[in-house]
Amino acid sequence: MKQIKKSKKDRITPGKVLLFLVLALLVVVMVVPFLWMISASFKNNNEVFLYPIRWIPDPIRIKNYYRVWTEIPFPRYYLNTLIYSVIVTFGQCATCSMAGYAFAKLRFPGRDLIFMLFLGTMMVPWHAIMIPQFMINKALGFYNHPESIIIMNLFSAFGVFLLKQFMLGIPSDLVEAARIDGCGEFRGYFKIILPLCKPGLATLIVFTFTFMWNDYLAPMIYLDNDRYKTIQLGLASFRSLYMTDYGLIMAGTVCSLIPILIIYCSAQKYLIEGIAHTGLKG
Amino acid sequence: MNKPDKKGKIKYRKSEVIAGYCFLAPSFLLFFTFMLIPIFMGFYISLTNYNGFKQMDFIGFKNYISMFSDGYFLVSLKNNVLYTLGTVPLTIIFALLLAVAVNTGIRGANLFKTFYFFPYITSSVAVGIIWTLLFNPKVGPINNFLRSVGMPEESLPGWLLSTTGALPAVMIVSIWKMAGYYMIIFLAGLQGINKELYEAAEVDGAGRLTKFFRITLPLLSPTTFMILILSVINSFQVFDLINIMTEGGPGRATNVLVYRIYQEGFEYMKFGYASAEAYFLFAIILVITIIQFVGEKYWVHSGD
Repeated sequence: MKQIKKSKKDRITPGKVLLFLVLALLVVVMVVPFLWMISASFKNNNEVFLYPIRWIPDPIRIKNYYRVWTEIPFPRYYLNTLIYSVIVTFGQCATCSMAGYAFAKLRFPGRDLIFMLFLGTMMVPWHAIMIPQFMINKALGFYNHPESIIIMNLFSAFGVFLLKQFMLGIPSDLVEAARIDGCGEFRGYFKIILPLCKPGLATLIVFTFTFMWNDYLAPMIYLDNDRYKTIQLGLASFRSLYMTDYGLIMAGTVCSLIPILIIYCSAQKYLIEGIAHTGLKG
Repeated sequence: MNKPDKKGKIKYRKSEVIAGYCFLAPSFLLFFTFMLIPIFMGFYISLTNYNGFKQMDFIGFKNYISMFSDGYFLVSLKNNVLYTLGTVPLTIIFALLLAVAVNTGIRGANLFKTFYFFPYITSSVAVGIIWTLLFNPKVGPINNFLRSVGMPEESLPGWLLSTTGALPAVMIVSIWKMAGYYMIIFLAGLQGINKELYEAAEVDGAGRLTKFFRITLPLLSPTTFMILILSVINSFQVFDLINIMTEGGPGRATNVLVYRIYQEGFEYMKFGYASAEAYFLFAIILVITIIQFVGEKYWVHSGD
């Protein structure tokens, strides 16, 4: 029976060929804008819009890339965003895993109530509270300082929820046994639970880093000073500055996508699993 | 773990209680400062005429009332509803077709999935910039293509530069960007459908379409419902693409709710008024979420 099924699956039918072709066509639709971007980034301005499109530029010019990294503070934007993203990512791993541990493995009064409160805020659209949040940041003196977008992003209801669910899957006996051996709560968390949480943490890392790298509105509201601007802000202002320098703009855009591409190639599995399991990060 | 004692009360272990609060302290402090306070504070501000300076008079629901005679706000609301009606059904259909096709297990399915999903994780800024160039009405590749297939010059869409073409252009980008994300959720739903059902249907001589409409679609309905809710909520929060591609223009043609809130709040510093608009958005999303809670119960029952 199994063999018959297998041969049926491997047989090439006209229907399958058609399906394959349709799927391949859709890949083209999804990818063409990116290919066009890459192609344009190697062209002179007067070559970008030539039709029919010359996908492989002739000659391949790299001067756009040179200009991106030398003419505008692109390296600074890049480094800024990298620093903010890394701090927030690791910070979230700490705060969320600690909260997740408390919710999943410890008993104390008010635990479930606080968890419900956390979960409830996942339904609050960020845009609805961005004004009071801004006022609080300003009162704390964080306005126009990177502290603003770093500190307020260190809490994530999504991350707490994700890691709590993950820790519930780790047998409590392990923690109990450690307690009997005289292991304190912190060591139990740090030495036993955390190492077993690696896949959950990986999912959180990938999500948080991507979110921070791509975030636009919050940095736009908080960071006015050019010294602190992020890559997305830099890209947007760079575009308005060099309005018609199409090849140059595309080269900047390509550079801004590289970290995301690296994450996508190396950790796509975690992204997909995270979305499939929670369906909440949108 | 601790068990309830004879009286049915949970006995807490002191060390565990202390540890619990310590572990929770960092996230609770952040949650309290940057989530809980703003939620209440935002509502209070929406009842004042606060404009970023010292003055902050309580004016009751005046902001909410004037909102509904504010033509600009109403246009942005109308645009947002159009945006929702245009993007949500098409995104869902597109995502469902992608998921079903990928799920057939055709050769290369995983690679296809990878490509479909990629636009979702790229930034709206990058994507918006690319598509703005693609949509350039005079020299952009999209209109060049339409020209080459024989569309007369006068009927070529003006896309982002025309009041009629701008919103559809942003909608196209949004559908293109989000379809892969919902595809992943659909795929998770499809994994949950019992394969034996299909085998049984095949024995009964059911064709591909019958199987799709009689098995896949009904059993997938809880997933579809969740995606419907998620995508409606998302569509009411669109900002980045609009800001990059059109800045709400031309004129007011693509001004949407969050864009309006941003302008009133951070361009004109009318914090009180902008907060009222933000709370209106909050109310919309709250209603949708309540519909989800009620609907979910319904689907769970019907799914049995």
